[in-house]
Formats: sequence, C-alpha cells, structure tokens
Amino acid sequence: MITLAHLLTLSAILFAISIAGIFLNRKNVILLLMCVELLLLAANFNFVAFSRFLGNLDGQVFVFFVLTVAAAESAIGLAILVVLFRSRRSINVEDLNTMKG
Amino acid sequence: MNPNLLLAIVLLPLAGAIIAGLGGRLVSRMAAAYVTIAGVAISCVLSLIVLKQIYWDGVPAFNGPVYTWLVSDGVTMQVGFLVDRLTALMMAVVTFVSLCVHVYTIGYMHDDPGFKRFFSYISLFTFSMLMLVMSNNFMQLFFGWEAVGVVSYLLIGFWYTRPSAIFANLKAFLVNRVGDFGFVLGIAGVLYYTGSLDYTAAFEAAPRIAQESFPLTSTTSVEALGLICILLFIGAMGKSAQVPLHVWLPDSMEGPTPISALIHAATMVTAGIFMVARMSPLFEHSELALNFVLIIGATTALFMGLLGIVNNDIKRVVAYSTLSQLGYMTVALGVSAYGAAIFHLMTHAFFKALLFLAAGSVIIGMHHEQDMRKMGGLAKYMPVTAVTCWIGALALIGTPFFSGFYSKDMIIEAAAASHRWAAPYAYWCVLIGVFVTALYTFRMLFLTFHGEERFRTAHAHAASHGGEGGHGESHGSADAHHHGGEPHESPPVVTVPLIALAIPSIFIGLFTVGPVLFGGYFGDSIFVLERNDVLAELGHEFHGPVAFALHGFITPTFWLALAGVVTAWVFFLWKPGLADRAAEALRPIRTILVNKYYFDWFNENVIARGSRLLGRALWRGGDQVLIDGALVNGTAATVGRFGGVVRLIQSGYLYSYAFWMFIGLAVLLGWFLLRS
Amino acid sequence: MQGFGLLSLLIWLPIVAGLVVLALGERNIAAGRWVALGASVATLLAAIPLATGFDTGTASYQFVERLPWIPAFNSYYALGVDGISLPLILLTAFMTIPVIVAGWNVIETRPAQYFASFLIMEGLMIGVFAAMDALLFYFFWEAMLIPMFLIIGVWGGPRRVYATIKFFLYTFFGSVFMLVALIYMYLKAGDYSIASFHALPLTLQEQIWIFLAFLLAFAVKVPMWPVHTWLPDAHVEAPTGGSVILAAIMLKMGGYGFLRFSLPIAPDASRELDLLIIALSLIAVIYIGFVALVQQDMKKLIAYSSIAHMGFVTLGAFVAYEILANTGGTQGAAMGMDGAMVQMISHGLVSGALFLCVGVMYDRLHSREISAYGGVINTMPKFAGFMVLFALANAGLPGTSGFVGEFLVILASFKANFWYALLAAVTLILGAAYTLWLVKRVIFGPVANEGVASMKDLNGREFAVLGVLAVAVLLLGVWPAPLLEMMRPSIENLVDLALRTKLSP
Repeated sequence: MITLAHLLTLSAILFAISIAGIFLNRKNVILLLMCVELLLLAANFNFVAFSRFLGNLDGQVFVFFVLTVAAAESAIGLAILVVLFRSRRSINVEDLNTMKG
Repeated sequence: MNPNLLLAIVLLPLAGAIIAGLGGRLVSRMAAAYVTIAGVAISCVLSLIVLKQIYWDGVPAFNGPVYTWLVSDGVTMQVGFLVDRLTALMMAVVTFVSLCVHVYTIGYMHDDPGFKRFFSYISLFTFSMLMLVMSNNFMQLFFGWEAVGVVSYLLIGFWYTRPSAIFANLKAFLVNRVGDFGFVLGIAGVLYYTGSLDYTAAFEAAPRIAQESFPLTSTTSVEALGLICILLFIGAMGKSAQVPLHVWLPDSMEGPTPISALIHAATMVTAGIFMVARMSPLFEHSELALNFVLIIGATTALFMGLLGIVNNDIKRVVAYSTLSQLGYMTVALGVSAYGAAIFHLMTHAFFKALLFLAAGSVIIGMHHEQDMRKMGGLAKYMPVTAVTCWIGALALIGTPFFSGFYSKDMIIEAAAASHRWAAPYAYWCVLIGVFVTALYTFRMLFLTFHGEERFRTAHAHAASHGGEGGHGESHGSADAHHHGGEPHESPPVVTVPLIALAIPSIFIGLFTVGPVLFGGYFGDSIFVLERNDVLAELGHEFHGPVAFALHGFITPTFWLALAGVVTAWVFFLWKPGLADRAAEALRPIRTILVNKYYFDWFNENVIARGSRLLGRALWRGGDQVLIDGALVNGTAATVGRFGGVVRLIQSGYLYSYAFWMFIGLAVLLGWFLLRS
Repeated sequence: MQGFGLLSLLIWLPIVAGLVVLALGERNIAAGRWVALGASVATLLAAIPLATGFDTGTASYQFVERLPWIPAFNSYYALGVDGISLPLILLTAFMTIPVIVAGWNVIETRPAQYFASFLIMEGLMIGVFAAMDALLFYFFWEAMLIPMFLIIGVWGGPRRVYATIKFFLYTFFGSVFMLVALIYMYLKAGDYSIASFHALPLTLQEQIWIFLAFLLAFAVKVPMWPVHTWLPDAHVEAPTGGSVILAAIMLKMGGYGFLRFSLPIAPDASRELDLLIIALSLIAVIYIGFVALVQQDMKKLIAYSSIAHMGFVTLGAFVAYEILANTGGTQGAAMGMDGAMVQMISHGLVSGALFLCVGVMYDRLHSREISAYGGVINTMPKFAGFMVLFALANAGLPGTSGFVGEFLVILASFKANFWYALLAAVTLILGAAYTLWLVKRVIFGPVANEGVASMKDLNGREFAVLGVLAVAVLLLGVWPAPLLEMMRPSIENLVDLALRTKLSP
C-alpha cells in the first residue's frame, strides 16, 4: 500500500537531488535549468499527492499553473542561454561570475 | 557754532579726495591738485575761524550729533562732533600742516605718475584725521582711528612696485591693528560700564568706574578703570608708535616724504596723544594707567632717540627723533600734564614737519639719495633748505626762545615735579634724552649740510654704473663734475612751505606758551585732578615766556643739549675719525643699536614666522590630517573597508548563492520547528 | 493674506524662469541669458515692495501665505517674513544678479543649464528663508542642495567630484538629524508650523537631543569648526558664481537656522550648551584665522576667512546666555544677535565680492594660486582698487559693512566675559594679516610674470558688478541704521524667546 508518506519521501528525494544538482554542478548551465525543472516537478508531485489524498482537485489545477510557468521559464532560460553562448562562447558555470563583488 | 560749518570742514577734504581719486579722465593732473588744495585750504580757514570763535569770541563748545549710525539694543551710536578748545587747536594744526603738505606735494611729486592718486590719499587722510579729532563718541573715534591707519597703509605703499614699501605698509597696518585690538576692547569696556559710547557719558561715569574692580578670572580682578585706560592706551601705543609697537614708524619712511611729514610726524602719530588728552577725565582717575603711560613714554623717549645716533638714512633719523619726541609727549600725559603734551604736539607738528620737508628737499636736491654718508657740505648748494633745517633742529633740541624749548622744557619740569612713583625714572629718561636728541640732530645737520662734500664720490660712482663711464674713476673736489649729480636748491613750491613752517617753529612757543599752558586755554576740555596738577604747580614759577627762556640757560637741560651739540661737532665735523674709533670701542652697544634692540628680529622671526608655522601646523595637522584624514576620509575609508570584507561573500557563482540560500532556509526552518 | 502672494512670486518667478531658460536650451543661449538676467532683476524688483511694505514695528510674520500642502501630515504651504528673514531674502535677491552677470559669457559649457541652476537655486533659497512650516523649510533646505550639487559637479574644477560628494554628504549628513528632530516635534505638536514648535513645551533632555540634531545640521552649513572642511574644497572647485552663492547665502542658512530653530525651540538646551558653541566659535575665529594665513590658493584663503567670520555669527547668537549669567540682565543680548545678523549680511556682500574678484583674475590667467600673481595693480588699476576695498572690508575696516557686525559682537561679548571679547578681537589682527598679506602678494609689487603683464583691466560688465557691491558695502558701513531698524522688533522677540525657559517650574 502506497501511503502519502511514500509519495512525500519520493518528492523530498527529488527535491534534494535537484538542490544538490544546482550547487554541485559546476560545468553546464543546461543542467542547472534541468535541476530547476526537477525542483518544480518535486513541488508538483507534492501537489498531486496531496490532491489525491485530500480528495480535492485544486492541487491538480495548481500543477497546471506551475507547469505553464515552468515551460515559460525554461523557454526564457534557454533563450538567455543561447545569447550567453553566443557572447561568451561558453556555458560553463565556473565562468559565469560577473556578479562577483 | 554752526554745525554746517563743522560739516564743511570735514567734508571738503573728502569731496576733494573723491574728485581727485575717482574723477578719472574728467579731472586733469593739475585740476586734481587744485581741487584738493582748495578743499583743504577752505577747511583750514574754517578751522581757524572755529578756533577764533572758541577762543576769542568765547563761543561755547559744540557737542551734537550729525546722524544716527545705528541703534542696537537701546544703545544709540551716532556720528557727531565735539568741538571744544582742545579739538579746535587740533583741527587748526591738522589742516594747516596738511595744507602745507598739499602745496609741497605739487613740487615733490611733480613727475610721479600717481600724482592724482597721491592728492586723493592725502585729502582722504585729512578727512579721516578730522573725523578722529572732532568725534564726540568712541565709535567715530575708532572710525577715524582706523581710517587714518588705512590711508597711511595706502600712502606708505604708494610706490607699490617697491618690495620694501609694500612690506612696510603691511607691517604698519598690522602693528597698528595690534594697537586697535586693545583699543576696541577698551571701547567695549567703556560700553560695559556706561551703556553708552558717548564721551560725556563715559566722562561722567569715570569716578564711579574708578571704584569698581573688574574680574579677570574667577579669582583675580583688576581696577576696572585702569584696565579700560590701559586698553585704550594700547591703541595709542600703536598709533603713536610707543615701545614696543613703534616698529612700523621707521619703516614707514618708505612712503613719499610729504607723507612722512604729514602722517608720521605731525598728525597721525599724534592721534594717540590727542586721544589720551581727550580721555583725560578717564585717565585722571587711574594711577595705574598713568604710571603705565609714563613708563612706556619714558622708555620710548630715551631708547628710540639712541637709535637715531647710529642711523645713516636722513629720513630714518628724523623718524627716530619723532619716536623719541612722541615719548616726551607720552611722558607729559603720564604726569597729568596733558596741556604740555598737546602743546608739545603742536610745536612738534611744526618743526618736525619742517624737518621732514627739509629732508625731502635734500633728497630732491640729491636726486633721491637718502644716505647721509653720501652728502656733506650741502649748505652751500641749498641755502634755504639748510637755514630752515637749522631752525627746525634748534627747535627740536630745545634751544631757548625756539618753540621746542617751551614745550619740551615744560615736560621735563613736569616730570620732575610729578609725585607719581614712575616719575623719577621718567625724569632721568627725558633728561638724558635731551643730550641724545642734540647729538643725533646735529650729527644729521653736520653730516648733511657741512663738512666734506662726499656726494661727488657717491655720484661719480653711481654715474659709472649708470652708463656715463669716463667720469667715474676720478674723485675729489674738482669742478669737473658739473653733470646731473650736482645738488641744487629745490623749487619754490618746496621751499615756500619750508619757510611757512619755519616761522611758527621759531615763534609759536614764545607766543602761545603762556595762554596755552598757564592761561587756562584748554578750559574744561582737559580734566586734571587737583592733586595731580603739576602744570598748576609749575605755573606759580612761570613769569612770562622771556623770563622762562632766560631761566632756561641755567638749567641742566640746556647744558645737556649744548653738550650733545658739542659732541656731535667733535665727532662728525672736527675729527670725523673719532666717530669710527668710538664706534669700535662701543661695539657691543652699537650692535644692539644697529639692530634696533632686536625688535624687528623678534617680530619677523618669532611672531611672524611663528604664526605661519602655527597656521601650517593647524592646517596640515588639524584640518588635513585630523579632521579630513581621520574623521571625514576616515569614515569613508572605514565604510569602504567594511564593504571590502563583505564583498568577499559575493562570489558571483550561482551555485554558492543556491547553497547559502539552502543553508539559510534550513536554519530558518529548523529554528522554526525546534522553537515550537 | 491666505492665498498666493508676493513671497510665492519671489520663490517661483526665478524657478519658472529657470525652467524657461532650460527649455530654450543651449542653442538659444543669447535669449536665455537675457531671460535669466531679466528674471533675477525682476525678482529683486519684486523684493522691493517687500522691504518698503514691511512694518518695522512688529515682530510677527508679515506677507503671510497659508495653503494646505500635505493635509495628511497637517503640513501647510505657509510663507511669511519677519525682521530676521527679510534681510536675508533681500540679500539673496540682490546677490543672484551679480552671479548671472559675472557668468554672462564666461561660462562656455552648457551656459543655459548654468543660468537655470542659479535661478532655481535662488527661488529655493528664498523659500528656505520664507518658509513658516518646518516641513516646507526642510523641503527647500534639501532641494537647494541639488542645483548646488550640479553647479559644482558640472562646472567645477579638476577635483570637482571629490568636492561635490564631500559637500553633499556633509550637508546631507547634518540635515537628516534635523529631519528626525522635526518629525519628533511634529508628533508632539500635531503640525509642522515653526510657531507651534516655538511654543511647544519640552523637557530638558528632549531639548538637548533636539538641539544637538539641529546643531549637526546648522553647524555643517555655517560651517563651524570642526565640520568645516567641506567648505574650502567646495569653494576651490566651484565655479565663481557657485562660490559667490555658497559664501554669500548658503552659509547664512546655518546662522538663520540657529536663530530661527535652535534658540527659540530649545532655549534651555541652548543655555546648557552655550559654552560649547562659544568655544567652537572662538576656535573658528582663531584657529581658522591662523590656517587662513598660510593658504596658497586664493579661494581657499577666502573660504577659510569665511569660516572665521561666520564664527562671529554663532558667537553673537549664543553670547546672550553668558551675558545673562554674568550681568544678570539681558542688556547686550540683542546687541550680540544684531551683530550676528549684520555680520551675515555683510559677509554675504564682502565674501561674495571677493570671490568675484578672484573670478575676474581667474578668467584671465586660469590660476587661483597666489604665487601665480603679483603686481596686478600695474596692469589692472581699477580692479586693484576694488580688491583693496573688499579686502579692507573683509578685515573689518570701519566705514565698511565688515566692521559693524564684528564691532557689535565684540561689544556684546565683553559683557559676557572679557576673555571672549579678547579672543574675538584677535580677528582684528589675524583678519588684517591674512587679507592684506594676500593683497600684498597678489595686487602690489612689481609685475610678477608675463601672464600678469598681459592682464586686461575690468570691462564694463565686471566694473558694474563690483561697483554695485562696493556701493552696498560702503553704504552698509556708513549707515547701518535702516538694517538694524528693520530687524529690531524681531530680534527683541527672539531674545525673549531664547532667554525664557520651556521647563515647567
């Protein structure tokens, strides 16, 4: 029997993996974007799980909003990435420190 | 008395000064001269009319306001005139000497490009001096006081391209400012005790103030009136060049000679003497102040005279003589013989102006040579100048029947008769001063007008440098040198004022000593307490000017003066070599004298340099290092350093931000969970 | 009067004219100049009815305007003048004209913006003096920094950025504390009217905090030692007109603030802390006098002399408490404040004129170093005459305006303490020393170099500017009575306000 705890654990694992991906990844900005997507998916997974166990569809509706935003975000993110690559010939995260104080 | 008349006396010279000074191209050179001379001449005539009205017609003294300068806190400060017998005498002296100088200037400054400017200045000076002497309140007195200082500043620096002249005028102004510093505090003291700046209020309050003591600190206090009077007298020390504020006067000889005569002999320097006499109702009540005056005056009279013996510049010798004579006047003030001081002021104005103008005439004749070592035997070439100069000299050393005799002898007698504790010191100073005066005066006369004609050497020498080679090497008394170097008598515009001044230099004492000193001329314009009245004591023994002069031949004063003349004759005419040997023998004393007691050295090296060092230390150390460096830029630097540390956290890497975000979130969540 | 009136005209006329000049732009600068001159002259003309219609018999505000401004804060657009602000408004209206004329064709970069800045500045400065509402006062007070910031920052010398930032931070640093104090009093009084602040009862501790907050704001503006170091830098870098306005008017705001805010709002704190102010004033007079003596830069020298002269303003304002303590009476207190006011007006004229003189020389040789000059009188005799006159006025010569204020303050401080008067009177010597030494080195002497030899004497425009100022300086020195008469009721009222106690017995 799959309980809510199982689902939440899985979501937490996904979340932790994506966080770890964000700050362990030093090479590729695309990986960063993917991690962000995964982060959102972990949140969506929670929404769906709660919706299922509370018997309330609102959570699943919310997932659509999040998916939409995520799609928009990855679109913009990829666009920035393309421009970035054009200007700097690199998408290495190590090189992207223009905000250094 | 008609106030408009008084206004005219004051404003005519001012109008002349403005027309000559600001007229620009509308006023030609000679027009400027005539306008100013006309102004001063009318002013002089009107002053004489005022003198006549006051003295002969018995018109009462005038004391009234002209306009209200300001009202502050209930204190009304007015510009106004007080014309009594003292003032009337001063007005006459000031305008008369000024008129002579104006006329003389036409000749002396004839070729100077600043001709108009010069006339404007001396007329402005006359205006300022009249404002000073005619004032009826301390504010206007201070105005005149500073105004004459400024005009003298402008006049000493008249030849503004000469470094020595602009050094001397700055020095003169600053030293005078030191005096004014005391003076303004004295005025503030008067206001403090009387609540008014009018003379009358101050004079009425004087006996009351004399009872008060002024707290200087919480534990010490001084006699209030003494403090006020000494502060006022510090002003007089600056203006009348008393030790130690005398240093400006010799240097002021950088100005054109008419100025030396007008300002630095006859009028401006006597402002201090006049002021103390005017303030006699205040000074009389303070023994402390009068003893102070006495000591300063006596010191000036003797020690400044000594400096005249070693100086070689003809104008400077006369300047030191002026210092010494001012000391005599101050001594007279100090022994409460105010009348004698003013009397000496008047006679001195004539014979000292005469001596200065004569010196100026010599300088013209010698083609602007002032060193007496390069003169000698000029009497042959400049007879009028020589005779008038002799008259001035005889008056100066106090030869009986000459004007200087009456005034100077009276001061010495007064010092002898005074009961003040400083009087014995003063008496010996003025007595020895007589010998010194005679010595330096006749040294100057002998070196200039008599003896060997040394100018040929000097001029031949100068000529060889001037490009007229050829004549340069030979020297001696040969007549081969009839080029421009030959001295010549000055033109009439120069000699006429000399004669005009020589006449009163001889006779004015004889005719006026009786009425001025013992005939109660000053009336109530000068106030003397009965116990201090030495002139009244002397008056019992006074049996007319002729008897007084005849008596003069058997006093030590006369013999001292004669000794001075003889000494001068021996050393500078009969055996000139003796002077050098004497100088050699007295080398240490001579060194001190040549260095003018090191006053100038002290002022330049300690005060002036010290002020600049202090200023630089405060600027660099205080402003730049402490305030700007430590506080202002220090604050900025501290903020900057803090920012520098904080910026290290900003790595610019996304992953580190995410990591810290995560850590922060975890800490917050953990805290949130664990708290409950 | 309740609606808009004369004072609004005085404030907004120059501001609107400034905007017009700005709108005309750099291409129509010929017209812009005339608009600027016309507006500044019109402002002065508009100020004349203010002076002639002013009732010198009362201490209350006149020409009052009062309209709601920010109702939420109970703040009003309230304007009015009394005997303390009127002379300063007249000074402001008067001094802007020489600035405009002096910059006529000397400013080459962005002249339209230059003139516009000064016109806007003039309106704002008049606003500071005319505001009866503390928030409005604060608005003008801070707004005024902006044009000045631009004037120094755009038309300044090589180190202008440093000078501007220093100037701005210094003055802003002081003002924010004033804002805190104003807000505190607003919360207690319920509105921002300065009159209600005057009447507001405050405990001694509150007063001391408020006093210190004001002190920071005003001491920086005056400027008093030790917060004076922005002034020499700002002066040195500012263009001539900026220096003139800075010295002539902006410094006066500090003195005005002390008289309008510190003394009447915190009288007990003023009494407690008066020795602090007197000490700082005397330090300003003597310390700064010595510092001025050794300056190599003409503008710096005049800037330091300004600080020393402004020391007399604060001394005259605060000596009243010591007079009360020493003599037990108030006789002399008003004299000190009279002296402070006259000193402000006179310093406005004299230092403004001196900066214009330096500007005249700077326009010819492009140097402010004293050592670059010498013997200027030989080539510029007319100029030398003016310069010597203003220098003497700066040294406090009787017969010029510079004497009146110093004289009154020295007379008043003698009543408080002999030593205050003695130290203050040292300025007679130091002032003469640094000013006349400057004159000696710059004006007198033989022609120092080729540059000086090539200098041309004043042109008509410069002559007119300096001539008008010279007349004003002499007139005020010879007959200061009308000025004193204008101020008398207000000063007497101020003495009453400053010497009472706000503490309940």
